[in-house]
Amino acid sequence: MRRYFGRKLLIYGLTFFMAVTVNWLVPRLMPGDPVASMLARARVAQPEAQEALRVYYNNLFGFDLPWWQQYLNSWGSLFRGDFGISLWAFPTPVADLLTRAVPYSLALLVPSILLSWVVGNRLGALAARRKVLDNTVLPVSYVLTATPYLWLAALMAWGFGVVWGIFPVAGGYSFSMTPSFTWDFFVDLFWHWLLPFSSLFLVALGGWAIGMRNVIIYELESDYANYMSALGAPQKLIRRYAFRNAVLPQITGLALQLGVLVAGALVTEIVFSYPGLGSLILAAIQNKDFFLLQGAFLFIVLGVLIANFIIDVVYVIVDPRTRVGMVGAAA
Amino acid sequence: MKTEALYFAVRNTKLLVGAGIILVLLGIGVIGPFFIEKPPTEYVGMQMQPPGAEYWLGTNTFGQDLWAQFVHGLRTTFLVGALGGGIAAVIGMVVGFLAGYKGGWIDEILNMLTNIVLVLPTLAVLFILNAYIGVRSAGMQALFIGLTQWPWAARSIRAQTFSLRGRDFVDLARLSGVGSGRIIAREIAPNMSSYLLLTFILLFGGSILIASSLDFIGLGPTDAVSLGLMLQQAHQWSAMHLGLWWWFVPPGAGITLIVGALYVANVGLDEVFNPKLREL
Amino acid sequence: MTLEVDDLRVYYRTLKGDVQALDGVSFGLRDGEILGLAGESGCGKTTLGKALIRLDGRMKHVGGSVTLDGQVLPIGEDAKMNPYRFKQVSLIPQYSMSAMNPTRKIGRMVRELLESRREKLDLDELHQRLELVELPKDVLGKYPIELSGGMKQRMVMVISTLLNPSLLIADEITSALDVSTQKAVVTTLKGFRDRGFVKSMIFITHDISLTNQLADTIMVMYAGKLAEKAPASTVVNAPKHPYTQLLISSLPEVGVRYADKRLTGIPGNPPSLLKPEPGCRFRARCPLAFEKCAEDPPPVEVEKDHVVACWKAA
Repeated sequence: MRRYFGRKLLIYGLTFFMAVTVNWLVPRLMPGDPVASMLARARVAQPEAQEALRVYYNNLFGFDLPWWQQYLNSWGSLFRGDFGISLWAFPTPVADLLTRAVPYSLALLVPSILLSWVVGNRLGALAARRKVLDNTVLPVSYVLTATPYLWLAALMAWGFGVVWGIFPVAGGYSFSMTPSFTWDFFVDLFWHWLLPFSSLFLVALGGWAIGMRNVIIYELESDYANYMSALGAPQKLIRRYAFRNAVLPQITGLALQLGVLVAGALVTEIVFSYPGLGSLILAAIQNKDFFLLQGAFLFIVLGVLIANFIIDVVYVIVDPRTRVGMVGAAA
Repeated sequence: MKTEALYFAVRNTKLLVGAGIILVLLGIGVIGPFFIEKPPTEYVGMQMQPPGAEYWLGTNTFGQDLWAQFVHGLRTTFLVGALGGGIAAVIGMVVGFLAGYKGGWIDEILNMLTNIVLVLPTLAVLFILNAYIGVRSAGMQALFIGLTQWPWAARSIRAQTFSLRGRDFVDLARLSGVGSGRIIAREIAPNMSSYLLLTFILLFGGSILIASSLDFIGLGPTDAVSLGLMLQQAHQWSAMHLGLWWWFVPPGAGITLIVGALYVANVGLDEVFNPKLREL
Repeated sequence: MTLEVDDLRVYYRTLKGDVQALDGVSFGLRDGEILGLAGESGCGKTTLGKALIRLDGRMKHVGGSVTLDGQVLPIGEDAKMNPYRFKQVSLIPQYSMSAMNPTRKIGRMVRELLESRREKLDLDELHQRLELVELPKDVLGKYPIELSGGMKQRMVMVISTLLNPSLLIADEITSALDVSTQKAVVTTLKGFRDRGFVKSMIFITHDISLTNQLADTIMVMYAGKLAEKAPASTVVNAPKHPYTQLLISSLPEVGVRYADKRLTGIPGNPPSLLKPEPGCRFRARCPLAFEKCAEDPPPVEVEKDHVVACWKAA
């Protein structure tokens, strides 16, 4: 088990190291003076800020220093939580913009991932049991999993928001509201959250249902299932074992799907102008605010790595074999 | 074996339906543009026309013909999917074959690399690369997608190679002094060709979905029209609020149809190749 | 008589038609008798073993009956067969290494299995039986992956016989083992019978010499039919069916090195059972075949307890 976690942590450490290095390297690969060209391309809100930004960023990049010192400095500022200052939202620090957006993204991602996983697994297990269900759940799941997140989001926003006018289609809360700990505000927040959440949930659901169905059918044909059938064990017990064992590859699948799910959440936020990281990234791209973009990149990488680690811990709790120390989950 | 696969292939509804949809859409994307004289971005006339006899899919707020965009978009979408999926499949095969066949430290290093790229959130990497490097042709987009999509393919190909490595016919080839490259090309790859095809199809579909996301956040090709770009423009110009459903419904449906058909065909093919899955 | 099998027919459904894997086999098994079931792969021995406890999805019961302790087993109906499984008929499968749920502790799995059959777990009895096969008690607190291959095999043997079934089917359980382990397994199975854990046993194998060490009676099958059935020593020393004779003569004799005497395999292949031609199914490979073999040879009891299905033997 120590080996298992050691290996995992090494991979995560290396990944983060690579992400930071790429993040440091890419702007330096651009021809010419990166600060000047970035400032020239960016749509800075206040023209008088240009000069202040140039001084600030020349200082931050420290081009007069040897490259290894530049590199070490970038790690230093990273650990201080300093991601630079946003060009688009000058003079707000990038870190502030990101920390303000993260709760909204998490509020969409965490419930939709967990719920779609749980419900999808149940649906898949049911589909594996009955032909009738299989013939309905499976095609629907394939359509859902083939649907681009952004398109289902757009369809739902259009149908429920524009045509029927049931739900608001933009923002995290109404413009007339100010964030406060009141009942009205929470209801408003929830109302704005429901559609983006539902569209994320639905697209993710399909994939889990298909995965569970396939794994559980495989489990039901496995040797231990055959042995138990031969000993007259009721289907209920065999299905319970099969489901329990089929959950394990689905947990690994969850780790593998994180990147896709995060991507889905980002574009869904954009469709609903939901004030999370996705909308921030769109703003950064449209306004060529590379510092904001880079900060968002590191935030996302870090978030995905943490989520991966949590999944690893869960896996060890759920799969006794990892604790016994003979095998690890597929890395 | 070949004829047997064909026997099941022409009887597999999933494969036939999936392949049928793909062929029809591919046909539209390949042949369609020849029947449309004007470039897809040209302002052809009336703005915001609903679908009708003259403009099959209507026009947008600028008076561009959406059918023309759709047809050209299909072409780009297929191109990006095939190229991106193809590049990812090739990298995945090289890494998977090498790691699985060679083993030892080569396997260790490649495995580590695979796992690192695997946990990196693809879209986040792509938007950094795309935003900075900024070369935005469809081919470039496909290349970037291919470069980030290969890890799971590499992992499964490695596992398959690993199990084939110990087989008699591979041992025999090795004992008779055949080089690694030839063994992989002559003995191992042909024995998992059906599996490689299935992998490519999944990568194809995945690449289309990623490309649509990239297009949508404004990092799509600048020299082409794609289904994802249509969605992006529809969103940017508030098609939803203006009630121009014909602007964003068809391109999304197109993507869903292509990817869904690919997945369904994939399941069908799996049943054709894998005797255990055939229904009696 | 513990077991009475009468004209049992079980076919495999395939796309090309029914494969007549088990085509009219009749035999009986006395209390305390161990029957060795031998033959080449595809001769129907595994089909017979499965037919007695659980048909797999592609098999169908076409005809004949199986009577165990005076009760007719509903072998064609999976659900109705359940009450008999484990309690009256039990199985040691080929795949002992993977027969236990990998994510349950063995003791808990056994308890859940018994509870699901509404049986109480007699822990003392279980401990005694573990001791008998030289397994420590604490295996019950372990996961299958923590056990060696041999330990898993013995554990499965204990589980399968825990409810003292009348009939135990052991399906090719020794094929993956080395010779000394094979011997230990055979000894254990004999011990199970002698202690009355199982009343009778069918030991399926392609290895006649091993069968000889364990079985009271040996039954040789060929192409879905019974070829010869006789006391073990008779089959080994005085076989009457040409197929059995070839099978026995192809065995290495004890003490004879392989280099001195080449194994004479039987030339040719068993016939397709998709649409087998009428007549003796061995006749294409049989050195003694003559015109009469175009008719199906009925199994005939040529002497007491010695049944042969061959025109030449009768």
